[in-house]
Amino acid sequence: MALLEVRDLQIHFRTATAVNRAVDGLSFDIEAGEALAVVGESGCGKSVTSMSILGLLPTPPGKVAGQINFRGRNLLEASERQMRKLRGAEISMIFQEPMTSLNPVFTIGQQIGESVRLHENASRAQAHDRAIEMLRLVGIPSPERRVDEYPHQLSGGMRQRAMIAIALACNPALLVADEPTTALDVTIQAQILDLMQDLRSKVGSAVMLITHDLGVVAEFAERVLVMYAGRKVEEAKVGDLFRTPRHPYTQGLLNAVPKLGSSLTTAEPVRLAEIPGRVPDLSKPLSGCAFADRCPRAQEVCRRIDPALEAKAPGHFAACHFSPREVSAA
Amino acid sequence: MSAYILRRILSTVPVVLFVMIFVFSLLYLAPGDPAAILAGDQATQEDIENIRTQLGLDRSFPVRFVEWAGGVFQGDFGTSIFTREPVSTMILQRVEPTVSLMIVTLIIALAIAIPMGVAAAWKRGSLLDRFIMLFAVLGFSVPVFVVGYVLAWTLALKLGWLPVQGYTPIAEGIWPWLRSLILPAATLSGVYIALIARITRATMLEILQQDYIRTARAKGAAGHTVLFIHALRNAMVPIVTVVGLGIALMISGAVVIETVFALPGLGRLTVESILRRDYPVIQAVILVFSFVYVIINLLIDLSYTLIDPRISY
Repeated sequence: MALLEVRDLQIHFRTATAVNRAVDGLSFDIEAGEALAVVGESGCGKSVTSMSILGLLPTPPGKVAGQINFRGRNLLEASERQMRKLRGAEISMIFQEPMTSLNPVFTIGQQIGESVRLHENASRAQAHDRAIEMLRLVGIPSPERRVDEYPHQLSGGMRQRAMIAIALACNPALLVADEPTTALDVTIQAQILDLMQDLRSKVGSAVMLITHDLGVVAEFAERVLVMYAGRKVEEAKVGDLFRTPRHPYTQGLLNAVPKLGSSLTTAEPVRLAEIPGRVPDLSKPLSGCAFADRCPRAQEVCRRIDPALEAKAPGHFAACHFSPREVSAA
Repeated sequence: MSAYILRRILSTVPVVLFVMIFVFSLLYLAPGDPAAILAGDQATQEDIENIRTQLGLDRSFPVRFVEWAGGVFQGDFGTSIFTREPVSTMILQRVEPTVSLMIVTLIIALAIAIPMGVAAAWKRGSLLDRFIMLFAVLGFSVPVFVVGYVLAWTLALKLGWLPVQGYTPIAEGIWPWLRSLILPAATLSGVYIALIARITRATMLEILQQDYIRTARAKGAAGHTVLFIHALRNAMVPIVTVVGLGIALMISGAVVIETVFALPGLGRLTVESILRRDYPVIQAVILVFSFVYVIINLLIDLSYTLIDPRISY
């Protein structure tokens, strides 16, 4: 049994005029200690999926169906009280915006300590000591002084370190990181990723890393899940995905990443490939493949029949009519 | 910080000076002759002239102002034209009911308005929210004396739970003192509750959208912890600001309420003095009120540094 099993997850938001299918039939697993990257463009349902795992979707959400099984228990059926016990203790989350994700009127120590006090019955002094220990762990210099400082006294990178300290204070089994490095400078990004990688081996948490940055994926994750329009279009081990992307959307994403030296080695500057068109309107029912309108290989069948996700190679799944299969269905 | 406080205190000097000039000239220009009123209906022109000379009303405006202002800075507000008592004594006698009324009103208002505003923001769009906002609109639009008479009629006259009128000094016991203040303070707090509840709701709505609220929830904090600790603390700056501005509302309300409930406070002294054209008393009372207003708002500005670590002077 995997640590987290998501089965046929559907998250629909009701708007005034339509139903927005933000996530439509998504299934995936995360094993204990594993690092899974979820990739896709803005609006493909990555963040909504992560929020639903913690039960933090904005209410009223419309419809949430399917299963999110954590250690075999369906979180979609758990009470708010049960979810509170889980949040921050067994499943933690770090967010995209370190500048605004910390409460400006409490010290860093109070905010790290709060998690500890909520979940471990710790005294104020114990929580304070743990906060210092966590700050040291995430590489913040002179933690004894920083622990009593306020968020505005810290830089963006330091704040994200503090957020990670909050998230890991109770040794969670699963860390959901929603674009943790997007808002940071490139040099700081690398530091934060190294830190997360390092802590993952120390704490042993599984990580679900949500990102649109394929560079981050290559560096950090073991397995990748590519989402498009609320659905999974491809899933593979990181090496397999980068070597042989099977879905035209993934291929498009990879082609859109500049390669080191590519325009210098050729006489003519190479234009970076882009994926034409836009993400489909999720409030309208989709017939056929969601990517068909933007796909260079689309045929008539693509607009009629939604391709099923199938194993194209061992451990490598894609949802495309024209992607060659190298194995019979696993 | 201390430099800032000093600067702020110094900056109140021109404000107070301006108020002094304003108050003094306003009454100088107002119609009605205090000497004539004091002399009564049967007095001759000569009697009135005598009284006028006696009170110094015949001298020029600047002379009278400088004289008066000089006295004020020494704590001497002059002598009442009507009672012939020193004005400072009269004010000191009337301070306790008014200060008591304001403190009890403030406590009632904060204790009711903040939970109301928080609840309305939390259950935005619900029946509870609409009910609370309806109450807030009523609080603004129904005149205080109407609320006062209705409360007095039901709670005091019909049910007999509380005294209808009058004030019991705190020296005679906390409970009788409080009993005499519940009705007037509840009445006076109506507008204040409406004001604070509205600003609390509006501020909380904005803050509940913030990323750090999501962080708090992701930690596993309970709903009430998120609301009253993570969100409310951030909402305190606008709330405290409105509390300070509302002191003006409370002062003007006190004038009416003290009359309705026969509290021998500064508000009633103001009304009585205006009716008697007792210039020295009117001037003193207005000065005291504006001084209190300035000082409270200075304290509120300073309290920001305690509420929000990002603010420093």
